[in-house]
Amino acid sequence: MTVVIDRTRAGSQDAGPASAAERARRRGDPGGGLYKPRTPIYPKVARGQWRNLKWVLMIVTLAIYYITPWIRWERPGALPDQAILVDFEGRRFYLLDLQFWPQEVYFITGLLVMAALALFLASALFGRLWCGYACPQTIWTDLFIHVERIFEGDRNARMRLDAAPWSFDKLWRKVGKHLVWLGIAFGTGGAWIFYFHDAPTVLVQFWTGQAPATAYVFCALLTFTTYVFAGTLREQVCTYMCPWPRIQGAMIDQDSLQITYRLDRGEPRGPHKKGASWEGRGGCIDCGQCVVVCPMGIDIRDGAQLECINCGLCADACDEMMDRIARPRGLIGYDTDEAVAARAAGQPAVYRLVRPRTLVYAAALVLVSGLMLWGLLRRQPYEVHVLRDRNPIAVRLHDGSVRNGYTLKIANRSFADAEARIRFSGPPGALLKTPAAPVATDGVNARIEANTVRAVRVFVTLPEQAGAGTSLPVAFTVTLPEGAMTVKSTFITDPGARP
Amino acid sequence: MSAPEHPHDSGSVGTTGHEWDGIRELDNPLPRWWLWIFYACIAFAVGYWVLMPAWPGLSGYTKGILGRSDRAEVVEQLARLKTLRGAQNARLAKASLQEIEQDPGLQAHALAVGQSVFGDNCATCHGVGGTGGKGYANLRDDVWLWGGTLDDIHRTLQYGIRSGHPQARFSQMPAFGRDQILTPGQVGDLTEYVVALSGRPANPAAVQRAAPVYAANCVACHGPEGRGDPLQGAPNLTDREWLYGSARKDIQAQIHGGVGGVMPAWTGRLDPETLKALAVYVHANAAGQ
Repeated sequence: MTVVIDRTRAGSQDAGPASAAERARRRGDPGGGLYKPRTPIYPKVARGQWRNLKWVLMIVTLAIYYITPWIRWERPGALPDQAILVDFEGRRFYLLDLQFWPQEVYFITGLLVMAALALFLASALFGRLWCGYACPQTIWTDLFIHVERIFEGDRNARMRLDAAPWSFDKLWRKVGKHLVWLGIAFGTGGAWIFYFHDAPTVLVQFWTGQAPATAYVFCALLTFTTYVFAGTLREQVCTYMCPWPRIQGAMIDQDSLQITYRLDRGEPRGPHKKGASWEGRGGCIDCGQCVVVCPMGIDIRDGAQLECINCGLCADACDEMMDRIARPRGLIGYDTDEAVAARAAGQPAVYRLVRPRTLVYAAALVLVSGLMLWGLLRRQPYEVHVLRDRNPIAVRLHDGSVRNGYTLKIANRSFADAEARIRFSGPPGALLKTPAAPVATDGVNARIEANTVRAVRVFVTLPEQAGAGTSLPVAFTVTLPEGAMTVKSTFITDPGARP
Repeated sequence: MSAPEHPHDSGSVGTTGHEWDGIRELDNPLPRWWLWIFYACIAFAVGYWVLMPAWPGLSGYTKGILGRSDRAEVVEQLARLKTLRGAQNARLAKASLQEIEQDPGLQAHALAVGQSVFGDNCATCHGVGGTGGKGYANLRDDVWLWGGTLDDIHRTLQYGIRSGHPQARFSQMPAFGRDQILTPGQVGDLTEYVVALSGRPANPAAVQRAAPVYAANCVACHGPEGRGDPLQGAPNLTDREWLYGSARKDIQAQIHGGVGGVMPAWTGRLDPETLKALAVYVHANAAGQ
């Protein structure tokens, strides 16, 4: 069962304020142009549960963003004492007691896959939760609109101010707003660089001109993008630049809970005089409050649409209005298309949060999370690789014995130096040598400094005819503080013809 | 008529007046953004001519007021590199070869320097892997004509072999055949004798005939048992390593012609620290002494 929403209906043209999108449609496309001029949006302040939730989430997410780089975490030696640090210069990612190296980039891949699956699941269940409450674009735009409201007043005052000719009052309000915006933008870009350098150090360096060029570049870049994206582009970022609104169409179906205008209750809409009967008409009084509070400039009563970020502000505005006229709340709220259609047809609404789509997303999320957890738990602080010399592949010595060279790359991802004992297993009679140490038969020692990869050169000499064939399987066993690791290689017995 | 004749002609834009078979070209203005970038490029180019080297002349070029020059930059970068390496190089210069080899940090530096210098200067003859070739010594094994200790290698690197440097070591395998010191028959017998020395089957009659010839002509350098003498660069004839080939014809050619290769002297071409690093590198990778 589906409900056909007629978005070309002209009914809303006569009464109530039209959405920015509607006004743009009415104005008509100039035709032939590459660029459609933006219709300014003046969102009115909304009050209610969703607005309160958004305030809380804004404070929490901004606090996470600004405080995280300042959390200290003691690490031995010259290692950085910052709990979370992406050290591009040293090619390390520090996360509390863990440090990740570039070759472990698959953890980031896993994290991104997890994030994508979580986004799919959340969207299939509750619509665009991310867009409405957590996306930085939404958070900072919200903050910028709040600043705008402090300087220029609410919707009507702002519209009047913009229409008014230039005056000292208009000037200082505009300049003040832009200065505060720039300040916030600079704070945003400035906080970003703390994630990549030791925060207290780079803070001092930044103001004394000692910070690396990348710090200034990225600070400027993020100041610029924050100022432009949250100040002037706003909803255009979501509508035209972000791919997610288009992808989400494939994630959301008729059973997803979304901010919905319950047209089964609201239609037919129309202005209502106090004391008049509610018989034979819908609950929507066409006051337009849902439209004027919308930061995306749309009319939620047109149904689910690309521009809607599901922020819930229209639901707050509608609830406030319903309270005022003593009608039940919830004309706009989280609901599914299926439930609305069922009620419109006079049947009980059925909500199906558990359905194949959500089960598949959840299963995939659990699978990837499990893989990540398994990978993290069995992650060793040490890693050993062996590289056979390729030139020369083998050298014949004066008595006919043959020598092969190997480079053992031993990585120490722990925070303490480690003593490695390297033993050779292969045909009997082997002699081992490193460039530094004299010849040994039982193995060689190497000190692997904390947080480094040490390349240990090992030369192995085997007597002539050590085994059948020209390529013998051999192995190196490296004993480290946390157990031994064995790496396999081969020994080439034929150096090829010499003159 | 399926398509309109002038799909983009709204009537507001004139044509250029050109017409080809009824096709007329609209005189649309350039996109504004494109035009501005074009003007900005022109302005940039003019600024570039003034600031940077740009126009060629008959006897030179315009230098630009910034005075930039790639050549000067290279010189400056080389000087900067030298100061960067200064501390480590100073330690290399001060430490003895053995001290360098015992200090892990210094050795690592020496190996890194040595590897790059080896690739630039030595690999041409000795190969990238240092295994040499016919007439060029294998630096990876344990056979060293002039000694394979750290000091021996360092000395060979500094002054070379038969290089003409006053301190170079020198020896000459006589051309017994070409200079008619021995008859072709004796050269043939000696070849069998040398083959026998290296433990391979040889003609016993020829070996017997050659014994007195060997004693008279070869013992002084190669020793009575053919084990050679590193002081004179005389090769060991009993091992498996043959600089000029192990086949009978190769051995015979060497007795006949007495070829001796030249290792250039590197002192003066490479600075002393680099030579030390190179010696440590070669010694570390050899199965030497």
